[in-house]
Amino acid sequence: MRIPCPICGERDSREFTYKGAAVAMQRPDPDAGAAAWDDYLHLRDNPAGETRELWYHGAGCTGWLVVTRNTLTHRILAAGLASELAR
Amino acid sequence: MRLAGLGLIDRDTPLRFTFDGRSYEGFQGDTLASALLANNVRLMARSFKYHRPRGVLTAGSEEPNALVTIGRGAAQTPNVRATVQEIFAGLEARGQNAWPSVNHDLMAVNDLLSPFLGAGFYYKTFMWPRRFWESLYEPVIRRAAGLGALGGDADRAQYDKAFAHCDLLVIGGGPAGLVAALLAGRAGADVILADEDSRFGGRLLAETEEVGGVPGPDWVAGVLAELSGMGNVRLMVRTTVTGAYDQGTYGALERVSLHRTDPGDAPLETFWRIAAKQVVLASGAIERPIAFPMNDRPGIMMAGAVRAYLNRWGVAAGRRVAVFANNDGAHRTARDLARAGVEIAAVIDSRPDAQASGDYPVFTGTTITGTSGRHGIEEITIPDRGDTRAIKCDCLAMSGGWNPALHLTSHMGARPVWQDDIAAFVPAKDAVPGMTVAGAARGVFSTAGCLADGARAAGKALQALGKPVKKPELPQAEDGAYALAPLWQVPGKGRAWLDFQNDVTVKDVKLAAQENFRSVEHMKRYTTQGMATDQGKTSNIAAMAVLADATGRSLPETGTTTFRPPYTPVTIAAMGAGGLDKGFAPERFMTSHTASLQRGAPMIEAGLWYRPSYFPAPHETTWREACDREVLMVRNAVGVADVSTLGKIDIQGPDSARFLDFVYSNRFSTLKPGRVRYGLMLREDGHVMDDGTTARLGDRHYLMTTTTAAAGPVMMHLDWVKQGLMPGADVQFVSVTEQWAQFAVAGPGARAVLDLVLDTPLDPADWPFMACGAVQVMGVAGRLFRISFSGEEGYEIAVPARFGENLFRVLVSHAESLGGGPYGMEALNVLRIEKGFVTHAEIHGRVTAFDIGMQRMISPGKDCIGKAASQRPGLSGPDRDQLVGLRPIGAVQDFAAGGHLFADANPATAKNSEGYVTSVGYSPVQQSYLGMGFLRNGRARHGETVRLVDHLRGIEARCVVTDPVVFDPDGGRMRA
Repeated sequence: MRIPCPICGERDSREFTYKGAAVAMQRPDPDAGAAAWDDYLHLRDNPAGETRELWYHGAGCTGWLVVTRNTLTHRILAAGLASELAR
Repeated sequence: MRLAGLGLIDRDTPLRFTFDGRSYEGFQGDTLASALLANNVRLMARSFKYHRPRGVLTAGSEEPNALVTIGRGAAQTPNVRATVQEIFAGLEARGQNAWPSVNHDLMAVNDLLSPFLGAGFYYKTFMWPRRFWESLYEPVIRRAAGLGALGGDADRAQYDKAFAHCDLLVIGGGPAGLVAALLAGRAGADVILADEDSRFGGRLLAETEEVGGVPGPDWVAGVLAELSGMGNVRLMVRTTVTGAYDQGTYGALERVSLHRTDPGDAPLETFWRIAAKQVVLASGAIERPIAFPMNDRPGIMMAGAVRAYLNRWGVAAGRRVAVFANNDGAHRTARDLARAGVEIAAVIDSRPDAQASGDYPVFTGTTITGTSGRHGIEEITIPDRGDTRAIKCDCLAMSGGWNPALHLTSHMGARPVWQDDIAAFVPAKDAVPGMTVAGAARGVFSTAGCLADGARAAGKALQALGKPVKKPELPQAEDGAYALAPLWQVPGKGRAWLDFQNDVTVKDVKLAAQENFRSVEHMKRYTTQGMATDQGKTSNIAAMAVLADATGRSLPETGTTTFRPPYTPVTIAAMGAGGLDKGFAPERFMTSHTASLQRGAPMIEAGLWYRPSYFPAPHETTWREACDREVLMVRNAVGVADVSTLGKIDIQGPDSARFLDFVYSNRFSTLKPGRVRYGLMLREDGHVMDDGTTARLGDRHYLMTTTTAAAGPVMMHLDWVKQGLMPGADVQFVSVTEQWAQFAVAGPGARAVLDLVLDTPLDPADWPFMACGAVQVMGVAGRLFRISFSGEEGYEIAVPARFGENLFRVLVSHAESLGGGPYGMEALNVLRIEKGFVTHAEIHGRVTAFDIGMQRMISPGKDCIGKAASQRPGLSGPDRDQLVGLRPIGAVQDFAAGGHLFADANPATAKNSEGYVTSVGYSPVQQSYLGMGFLRNGRARHGETVRLVDHLRGIEARCVVTDPVVFDPDGGRMRA
């Protein structure tokens, strides 16, 4: 599998580390309450289809990427930098 | 028998090789199978289960029977298909799964036992007593049934892996693939044409057809001449595309020098990963046998293979050949052989309306009901007006039709679909994204059809690539219809084999159905049909047809099996090429590495790093002696240790203080420049991630240290926090672990040693505990940190890495002049256990700040990673396993980490475990073993007695629970 890194171009997936769903970028407020934190830390959707997930380009630019991928076909639809999407 | 004037072999280059110890001659261009057939060797192997004599069945990679072992010792390679292995001068091949030889195999007794060895026999037979299974039944069965064996020594041959990218990958170099590659090459696409054979041409090499008015091989040569003149086309022979993966990635195994006497510097095999934008799959078709009684004797071969041996290799597979088929194509075998002067004993066609094809006896509407011959076929039997008739022959060419070689189309999960007119499965539509199937691989069997289909596929691929598509001019070629009537099995007395390699017969499949293994997947597993190294390439469809018949379903209703990668066996050595020894993991060396080795220090691995375990003195015989001495040396004089492996991250920018306040549980914005602070880092789930000291070098400049093991993960975490959670923050950081060599100098004599290397002696007033700053080290700009991991007055001195080795040698020499010296990881570990300092043995990922007694390090006035979760119920309180010290009561034989803790009165069972031991060491200061561990509500249980039990190592000891800090609890020595 290859991931199109916005900085480095299309690179082999072995250069990347997977982190999980991109919802990790929506960190709750410190006092959001136990339910919000439980949701943020532990509860994830498991979609058959499009999903947004985080990949770390550790063997490349060290950028964190938000990759849109179809779990049924493994087709990668988009990849952007977390630092830009998080702003 | 070799025939004069036929074939594509190089008769000017004879090659000598051996098979089972006997020497034979073949020619350049021969496979082992063709050369053995040329030498009238029919018996090449013994079957898996019954040790039946077996000859070669096919002329391709689908071969189930003729498996041999090549080479000896470490280079011994078992299960090599004689149909794929090319001969070379000095090739040494042996039969396998036979003793003493394939000609005289004493294990052939299994064949007499065959009535008892049907499908699932061992599930039923070897049930009781249960304990005999592992000790007796399995070893005996394993020895009696099997394939070839490895030499037993590590294979030191060269293998390689490689990567390629292309616009179009064409898989298969027969007529369809050649046309596709040619058109794409002409259109300017970057093309790879791969074929598993040693030369391109596919069936055109095995037939007598003309293409464009010239013999097939000549047309192929013309196309290859044009292709090799194109800079944008890569031709890869001996390269089997073994798997289709995501996003147009294909695995391929190239047999680089398995056909050479001396590979020189070249690898034996190379495993390729090919990323292709478009793919044309032109993998051809595989001829299928017919399951008639006793259809497995040497000399019984596929009709297409008999033609290939004749036309490509100039070999007559027999002197008197019979043909048995259900289709027109097989009649070509009789025609070609007769033309070459080989006697045709009979052509038996199961179709009543079959046409006579030549001047030889033709029997239509009938089948073969039996065969005989001990080490090879001698006679076949056919029904004759209520009686039977025997026909003598030494070769039987059979054909049940052809199955498209569509395996790669189902590697991404697509299921083949049944096509009634050819009685075969064809690829599902759009089975693999970017792949177009062409020619026989999708059931187009005429040569003209394949050429046109290759052109169609190339056009489709070029269109997808945005390249110009021109209407091609195709050469004239054979365009006969493919006519067959399905025939899967012939009833009669005797076993009818389906899967030759795993010895699965029609009876086995029927038995599976009878015992209710009616699903294809269940039948496969029960009978092992299709589960041998050939993956049932010649047997799957017929086995399903028999199952369909036995269960009263149609073949499409019965389903199909799922083909998975690899298409043919792939050597693990090729897949893992480069991963042996040092290639398995890089080695990271500290600047003191050579100096440590010169002092005889054994190295231990810490991640990828190598660190000295201890520095043995001349009289010392055990590591404990050295360790005890080094500990006392640090406590009483001075020690030097290389601590460069700790991660060092240089952090700068206006927001660096805010950033550190967020990633650490405690505050760093309040740290004054020139000071160091211990920091605790949590994961967002509230558990401890790492710890270390961070120095403030300037107002906007920090230097963070991490533990050796966590340097990479912490860097990744910092990148995440900055980019994902604090995207606006103006902070930059970079790893400087390898840029700085850093040494701990610890002990009462530490300052004296430093004063010998620093340009300006240390003024104690300027260098209190946890001070840091710039220093001049023998004229070199360095850094000094007054920190201690030993509990003694300690410093860490850092210089640019290029000065590291010299500084280490100088520091050690000065330390020795003051009664000290270097110390290694063992002593370092004991020193920190005496002080109760944690490492990743304690902060192992499942402990919270509360568990290690550091809950007060989570600052109340600010947010940080992990803060919210650390306050969840259950992550603190008396139910938690808390860090404690452990000291054995009385003398103990051994004391080790890993054991569990139990209340004194309780039996040592998992249910009663109240904690566990994480670290131990022998303290020469305390003259006792000391341990650290976690104990349920441990902080409230200091002074209690618990039992340590390690079932694995057989250790049992009573311990008293203590505070983790045993030595100098008020820290007076390190603050001195």
